[in-house]
Amino acid sequence: MTFAPSHFTAVLLFALFASTVFGITQRSEPRAMVRYGAYCFVLFTGAVIVASWIMFFIHR
Amino acid sequence: MATTPPAKAAPANKKIEKASEPKSPLFSTALLVGWLVPGAGHLLSRRWVRGGLLFAAISLMFILGLLMQGKLYVANAGDPLVLLGFIGDLGSGLLYIGGRLFGAGQAPVQVVTADYGTKFIVVAGLLNIIAAVDAHNIRIGRKS
Repeated sequence: MTFAPSHFTAVLLFALFASTVFGITQRSEPRAMVRYGAYCFVLFTGAVIVASWIMFFIHR
Repeated sequence: MATTPPAKAAPANKKIEKASEPKSPLFSTALLVGWLVPGAGHLLSRRWVRGGLLFAAISLMFILGLLMQGKLYVANAGDPLVLLGFIGDLGSGLLYIGGRLFGAGQAPVQVVTADYGTKFIVVAGLLNIIAAVDAHNIRIGRKS
């Protein structure tokens, strides 16, 4: 059994798992955990999208 | 002229000192258990939801890494990068030991995303170390 996601799906999964752990471990209150986890998720995926567009324009 | 004795200040200071000390002699158990099983350190401190979420996130990341045909590193003193990968993998505790026992992560690479799988496995180990340290901090009262 293998799992071969697209690159973007792999990014989303990575961001989901990492931001879950970051949210729980870096904040004390549940509400702050959710907010920080969402913030990390947006940063992870946003950084990848921005870097991808930069590489696209460099390639052209 | 009556003066108030300052004798009562001493017990209050002692109470403050005691509060900052570890509450239990088993304070390092959370670190060990949290390393061996992701999220289990939080379960020791009755943080059920946090423990469950950490277990799900770290275990799924590790398993998906293996399913992507990621590689499990083996200790090799000759190559520092392999050694660093091994240390990261080892952070997953029993997941890594079980994977090695069952011969997982040793198959030849067949898919393009196998390198992502290897990174998933290493990062799952590193995240588990963060989670275990967090469980230790909760256990000794440094974090709520």
